[in-house]
This record gives sequence, C-alpha cells and structure tokens, in this order.
Amino acid sequence: MSWLNDINWDQMFTAFIETIYMSSVSLFFTIIFGLIIGILLFVTNSQGLIVNKFLNKITDLIVNILRAVPFIILMIILIPFTQALVGSMLGASAALPSLIFAASPFYARLCCIAFMEVDKGTIEASKAMGASNWQIITKVLLPESFPALVSGACVTAISLISYTAMAGAIGSGGLGNLAYQYGFVRRNDAILYTATAIITLIVLGLQWLSDYLAAKIDKR
Amino acid sequence: MIELIDIVKTFNTKKSQIKAVRGVNLSINDGEIFGIIGYSGAGKSTLIRIINQLEKQTSGQVIIDGQDISKLDHKELLKSRQKIGMIFQHFNLLWSRTVAQNIEFPLEIAHVEKNIRQEKVKELIKMVGLEGRENAYPSELSGGQKQRVGIARALANDPKILLCDEATSALDPETTDAILQLLAKINKELNITIVMITHQMEVVQKICNRLAVMDDGKIVEQGLVKDIFASPQNSTTKRFIQTINGTDVEKTRQELKKLYPYGQLVRVSFTNNSDEPIIARAIKKCNLEVSIVNAHINHTSSGPLGVTYLHVSDGDDAQYEIFIKALEEKGAKVEIL
Ligand SMILES: Nc1ncnc2c1ncn2[C@@H]1O[C@H](COP(=O)(O)OP(=O)(O)O)[C@@H](O)[C@H]1O
Ligand SMILES: [Mg+2]
Repeated sequence: MSWLNDINWDQMFTAFIETIYMSSVSLFFTIIFGLIIGILLFVTNSQGLIVNKFLNKITDLIVNILRAVPFIILMIILIPFTQALVGSMLGASAALPSLIFAASPFYARLCCIAFMEVDKGTIEASKAMGASNWQIITKVLLPESFPALVSGACVTAISLISYTAMAGAIGSGGLGNLAYQYGFVRRNDAILYTATAIITLIVLGLQWLSDYLAAKIDKR
Repeated sequence: MIELIDIVKTFNTKKSQIKAVRGVNLSINDGEIFGIIGYSGAGKSTLIRIINQLEKQTSGQVIIDGQDISKLDHKELLKSRQKIGMIFQHFNLLWSRTVAQNIEFPLEIAHVEKNIRQEKVKELIKMVGLEGRENAYPSELSGGQKQRVGIARALANDPKILLCDEATSALDPETTDAILQLLAKINKELNITIVMITHQMEVVQKICNRLAVMDDGKIVEQGLVKDIFASPQNSTTKRFIQTINGTDVEKTRQELKKLYPYGQLVRVSFTNNSDEPIIARAIKKCNLEVSIVNAHINHTSSGPLGVTYLHVSDGDDAQYEIFIKALEEKGAKVEIL
C-alpha cells in the first residue's frame, strides 16, 4: 500500500470539498433557474395556460443555444461576466456562473418534459374548479411532476459534477483539477485514480439516492 | 337555470375548420337531471365545456341564473366555476394526493380555512361512501371508488350545477349503476342540477328526467325521457333507443309478422301510470278479437314505459277506428304496423 503515501490527503479532502461546494451551490441555482425557465416554456406553449408564441419561441431559442455551446467554450465566453461578478477567474466560486449557465437550460428542458407528462385531465379538472394559473402551477403542475423533477435534478447534478471536473482544468479547483494538475500533468497515478474513484462514488451515490427518492415519492 | 342560446363553436385547426357545435339552444331547469346523448364526435364534450367556459363559444350566449357568464371577467369566472362541479370519464384525480387531499383541493382553491375544510372533507367522504379510504392514494382505488372521489371533489364547494362528461363510460355495468344511484341521491338530497353527457342509453333511461339527442353539432330531438322512449322521431334517437332491450320496433315487427302473417299488428305504448285496464276496455268497446303477442316495460326515471304488441285477426275499419280512439283517449300511442 505504498502508493497511498503518494497522496496528500489534506489536498484530496480540500478538492473533495471544493467539488461538493461547486456542484451543490450550482445545483441549487440551476434548480431555481431551470424551474422558472421550464415553467415559462411550458405555460407559454401552444396548449399552455398562458399561450404566448413570441415568449415561447425566444425562451426556446435561448435554451437551445446555451445547450449547443460546449461547456469549455461557454466558460471562456463567460470570463468577463464571471470576473465582473466574482472578481476572479480562479477558485471554486469562479466556476459557479458557467456551471449555472450550462446546467440551467438542461434542467429547464427536463422540467418541461416532466410538465408535459402531467395528465392534461388534472389540469382541466383544476380549471373547472376555478383554480387560477398560479394555483395550477403550484398545486398541480409541481406536485404532480415532482418525482420527475427530482430525478431530473439528480441527472443534472451528475452532469454538474463532470462539468466541475472540466472547470478544474482551467483552475477552479476540485477533484477534477487535482486529477489533472497532479495526477496527469505530474504523473501521479495514485492521485489520478483516487480522485477519479471518489468522483465515481459520488455519482453512484447520487444515482442511488435518485432511485430511492423516486420509489419513495412516486404514488402512481 | 342554464340557458344556451344559439351556441356555435368552430375549431380552427391548421388544416381545416371543425364545426363542433352548430347552433344549439337548450334550457335546463333547476334541480333536474338533464341527459345529452350522442355518438362520439357529436360535440357533446365541447358543449358541456362551454357551460363552464373551459371552451369559449364562437358565438351565442351561456346564461346561468340570469347571468351571462361569457361576459364575466376572469376573476369572476373563476369564482363562478367554483359553483359548477364537474366530473370526468377518466376521473382526473391528482395522484400525488390522498383521497382526502383530493377532496380538499377545490376548498384550498376557494381559500376555505383549514378546519372548515377538514370538516367538509369528512362530510363528503361519508356522503359518497368512502369511509376508511381517506388516506389511500388514487392508484390504490377501483374505478368506481375513483369516481366517488371525483364526485366528492366536485361537490366540495356546494355547487348548484354538476356537469358529468361520460362519468360512467369507463366503468363496468354494476359500478355504473352504483354511481348513477349516487348521482340520483345527490340530485335529490342537495337539489343540484345535473347535466349528464353520455353515449349510453341505459344511463339516460336510469336517471335522466329530460333528454337531448345530439348529432353532428346539433340537437336533433329533445323532451321528457319517457316521451322520447315512447316515440322517438329522429333516426339517431331511434338507433339509440334500439340499444335498449326489446325496443327495436322494426325487429319485433318482422318477427311478429312471421308468426302472424294474417290480420293486423298494432303497437300500443303507454307512459302514464294508471291502474285502469285500458286495453280491456277498448276491446270491449270495439268488439274485436285481440290477442297480446308481445309486451314489456322499460323503467325510466320519469315513469315506466309500457309497450304492448297486439294482434287482431279480423275486423273492419270502423271497429279499428273505435279501438284506436279508445286507446288514444287514455293517453296511449298507437301505431299500426
Ligand atoms: N380542441 C379542439 N381542437 C380541434 N377540434 C376539436 C377540439 N375539441 C374537439 N374537437 C372536434 O370537435 C368535434 C366534437 O368533439 P367533442 O365535443 O369532443 O365530441 P363528443 O364529446 O361528442 O365525442 C370532433 O370532431 C372533435 O375532433
Ligand atoms: Mg366527449
């Protein structure tokens, strides 16, 4: 087990915390923005609650463009924006804007799909009961699509973790950065494989959590 | 009272224009159970959805208790919808909520206080016979139980009107009967006006007072259920009535003609509920040799409808005239086949 001595465990732990920090903070904002954009896409579509062709097309276009741009390029494009917002291009916080920009349209799309799956009949029934659009969104759309929203959030979280590894390549810290800077560039295989294993474990854990939650909350 | 005046609804799709409702005039009285029957695509759902304005009519007026509801602003419309319950073929329950929470839902929408909501839910669960299932999820219920939840939910805000769109079409015959009985009970006890849309004649026969037959966006016949059963005029109506046992006049006629090639066959239908021996007296008056060759009674909610087929082997025109007149005087409908 001599290879274990090649690893600086404090460094590994810091990188782990950075990855968790980047993923969870960006996931938090991604869920908020994704939900808002997803609801906007859903309610303005041609069979939606508040049909608005123009707003729907614009939102749809922005979402598609953001999803088409590769993450690494998005990060570079967002450098001025990040610098203005965070004040630096280095460190975990500097990765947040690009992570959120990349993941929100993705999650918005998943939300929209989840809303489409909600039985049109229940929305119709709610309208017949005199529910306002706001009541339909908060009391029908969100609770009825909740399992899909949760599993969508897990899928997004997993993407975010791989994005953080990429962000690591341009200096934002985290396990990906560690694996690249120390594992690959300095040829430390122990660090490379350990960091990779930890990332893999996080992803597996998330997937397990997702399956567990889905089984627990889905009453269909 | 619900008044539909010259209702027209045209759907503009990319390819074509669909005239779903083409000038419907109807008035539905307070406290009655009004049936609207028609084949699939006749425009029934569109029409009933115009009553609570889930669909806006292209032209015409919907007047409920003197109020033109298409003229209400959005807020007022939402408020008035709380007083119009609706139930559906596929129940449309929220699967993420329990039975009790589903029933509570319209009360939340109406901003009713929590403790009052829970009182009301208890009362409704009892009324529809779902005691003990309060905490079940819809996925754990049978179709009949789901529709009971649908009914309880529709009644939560004490509506004056209950709209039923094919409410029993997804249920088996026994469950259908139980749900119809529940609806009849609700109609009686709460004095709610019920508008029933269906393509099943048995449903109309069992609980409706009046009936409108819809075909291709128009009302082709309307009246008391027993009158329409006794003598349907329109061909669509006739086809519907034939779906009920023993009411296929043409088939019965052919069968009887085979059995009795000579003499006259007469079909007599009664809708009045009297104990008088009408046929016996008419026979006495005319002195004809009459035998009863087929008879049955259909029970409609507006009274029984009796149909008797008579065979007369001999006699002259004057005797027939006396016979028919004697029957008609007592309110029977007579047809010579
Ligand atoms: N939203 C809609 N858009 C286009 N056509 C519709 C729409 N709703 C109903 N229709 C058409 O209107 C006609 C009547 O439909 P509907 O009222 O559902 O009939 P029913 O309930 O009697 O089966 C059908 O031809 C149907 O295809
Ligand atoms: Mg229909």
